[in-house]
Amino acid sequence: MAVMTYREALNMALREEMRRDGRVFVIGEEVGLYEGAYKVTQGLLKEFGPRRVVDTPICESGFTGVGIGAAMVGLRPVVEMMTFNFAIIALDQIVNTAAKLHYMSGGQFNVPIVIRGPGGPAAQLAAQHSQSMETYFYHVPGLKVVRPTTPMDAKGLLKSSIRDDNPVIFIESETLYPVKGEVPEDPDFVIPLGKAVVRREGKDVTVIAYMGMMYRAMEVAEDLAKEGLSVELVDPRTLRPMDTETIIGSVRKTHRLVVVEAGAGFAGMGSEIASFVTEQAFDDLDAPVERVTGANAPMPYARNLEKLKTPSKDKIAAAVRRVCGANGG
Amino acid sequence: MPRTVLEPRFHLEHLSILDSEGHLDTALEPKLSPEELKSLYRAMVLGRRLDERMVRLQRQGRIGTFAPIKGQEASQMGSAFALRPTDWMVPSFREAAAMVWRGWPIEKLLLFFAGYVEGGQPAPGQRDLPITIPVATQLPHAVGLAYAAQYRGDDAVVMVFFGDGATSEGDFHEALNFAGVWQVPVVFVCQNNQWAISVPLKKQTHSKTIAQKALAYGVPGVQVDGNDILAVYAAAREAVDRARAADGPTLIECVTYRLGMHTTADDPTKYRSEEEVKMWEQKDPLTRFTAYLKERNLLDPGLEQQVDDEIGEAVRRFEATPPADPRTVFDHVYAEMPPHLRAQREELARRLEEAGTPPPPEPAAAPPRATPMRGQRLTRR
Repeated sequence: MAVMTYREALNMALREEMRRDGRVFVIGEEVGLYEGAYKVTQGLLKEFGPRRVVDTPICESGFTGVGIGAAMVGLRPVVEMMTFNFAIIALDQIVNTAAKLHYMSGGQFNVPIVIRGPGGPAAQLAAQHSQSMETYFYHVPGLKVVRPTTPMDAKGLLKSSIRDDNPVIFIESETLYPVKGEVPEDPDFVIPLGKAVVRREGKDVTVIAYMGMMYRAMEVAEDLAKEGLSVELVDPRTLRPMDTETIIGSVRKTHRLVVVEAGAGFAGMGSEIASFVTEQAFDDLDAPVERVTGANAPMPYARNLEKLKTPSKDKIAAAVRRVCGANGG
Repeated sequence: MPRTVLEPRFHLEHLSILDSEGHLDTALEPKLSPEELKSLYRAMVLGRRLDERMVRLQRQGRIGTFAPIKGQEASQMGSAFALRPTDWMVPSFREAAAMVWRGWPIEKLLLFFAGYVEGGQPAPGQRDLPITIPVATQLPHAVGLAYAAQYRGDDAVVMVFFGDGATSEGDFHEALNFAGVWQVPVVFVCQNNQWAISVPLKKQTHSKTIAQKALAYGVPGVQVDGNDILAVYAAAREAVDRARAADGPTLIECVTYRLGMHTTADDPTKYRSEEEVKMWEQKDPLTRFTAYLKERNLLDPGLEQQVDDEIGEAVRRFEATPPADPRTVFDHVYAEMPPHLRAQREELARRLEEAGTPPPPEPAAAPPRATPMRGQRLTRR
């Protein structure tokens, strides 16, 4: 184990996979000479050269399409979106080709592509650059969608994504890049896609969260422990396909569920989780499922309004208390 | 000196070798053997007869909507004929003749337009992408295929087809731009058939030609008489050779005409005149090539019958295919079957069994993958 930043963990994953497999190459805007807008590709051009670390013109649809073409014939491109907000320019390529080609070719072509970059609420990046983009992708059959919360997850999940034979949408976070944590240095360390993790054991209530919201929920769990509430924290890590088994298992244990998500709540991840938990574990629930979500509005630019838009610790704590029937809930 | 005249060092050619009056430019006539000429002709006749048969099949409700190629046989066959089997062909949705020439079985094409997944499944090792329905999205894929060839040191060339309408899409620009910057081995073939459904070329672009769009990307562009099989072949030959020699991409504009409808769901009499269609019928690519071959005594009198028999056999095989199994709807969503899809597949299988449907087949195993590119080639990147 070594302590490193989330950004360094991603860099390590890329470097290890590029050393391991000559088919892996990185492509995107500013990934080479500039080493990435957020420096995730630091040092890669120097080690692997311009054939495998490819700076492109500014055209998300184009370089995603090029990556898809290269993936069809067996290469393993890792496409960097400078931010995931730009990925919607490439939505047709992602949704109509990357996600569909395996199906429409009757299994003859795979598209083993990873599309990665930061997304989700950041710090004062405003409405067009600060939004939870995962919702646009996890609706699509054929895509896998990953949101890694910790540096360890960032490394283990990115390596699995690169080795996966399907298109993987891998959304990091601007605000998590400097976060430090323990990361195994073993180049064989991977975390399988489609597996959730219980980050904190508890018995009174299950709270599901990922990325920045998970860090916030952890603080809430510690605070509520002082009030005698035992919170279990589950991080789905892969949003599609989702590890429903771990989530249902946790709900069967705690009988209460709160889902926290940073994005706007309408048709969000919380709605889907509330829905399958109700379908599969209705009789186990002692209270209605609560969702704590971002406001259903674009992200404001002003710092004070931005703070109001995303779920606060107080809002999360209040929801937990409510489902537990505790004071202040 | 506020205004300096730049002298762009590019020029544009229009190539015509065998015109609709039967005049032949012998200096430009490509060197094709009698056997090659005959197989080209056969592929064009097959394309025409299959097209006519498919329209009838569609009208009878035996296949679904499709895009007829009538009138465009020369522009697609002249291009595809310049490829080796080890090259890649990336079609749009109006290249039936070229697809069959490349080895796509006719019944598979029919299966595609009847909605069978097998219709989109190239044979293992076949270097063809399946039909692309979205407009222009296949152009960046072709650049990606060519980048992969360059990456691996393969000598494969990639040929991608699209229509005049596709040149207005962003993906056309992005693909040409990439191909120019990277100098990858791609031949872009635009079948300019004058109409994007009801939108004529003059409403698609104010540019005098489509070929000239290449120049802005630093890529050679050429316009050819797309109904002149010899001219199309000559232009494609040159472009394919250039790509293989690592001298970069080319844009070929084949000026042709869609004699039929956009798709079988379209009625072109609503937006274009009979005179215009009649004028283009005079330029039919088959008429002039037939005359050319007749003069060389290369016409085989039994060809039409032979081709019709081949099509008839394929239609029979196609119609003997049992309907798609509902359980297969969950296959190939992912490279492996995730638990939620397996559960849904099993539930459907159980319900079908309860309803007396025969037991489910195992999830289809993926067929052997198309062989990845191999080989050696120097690139000048």
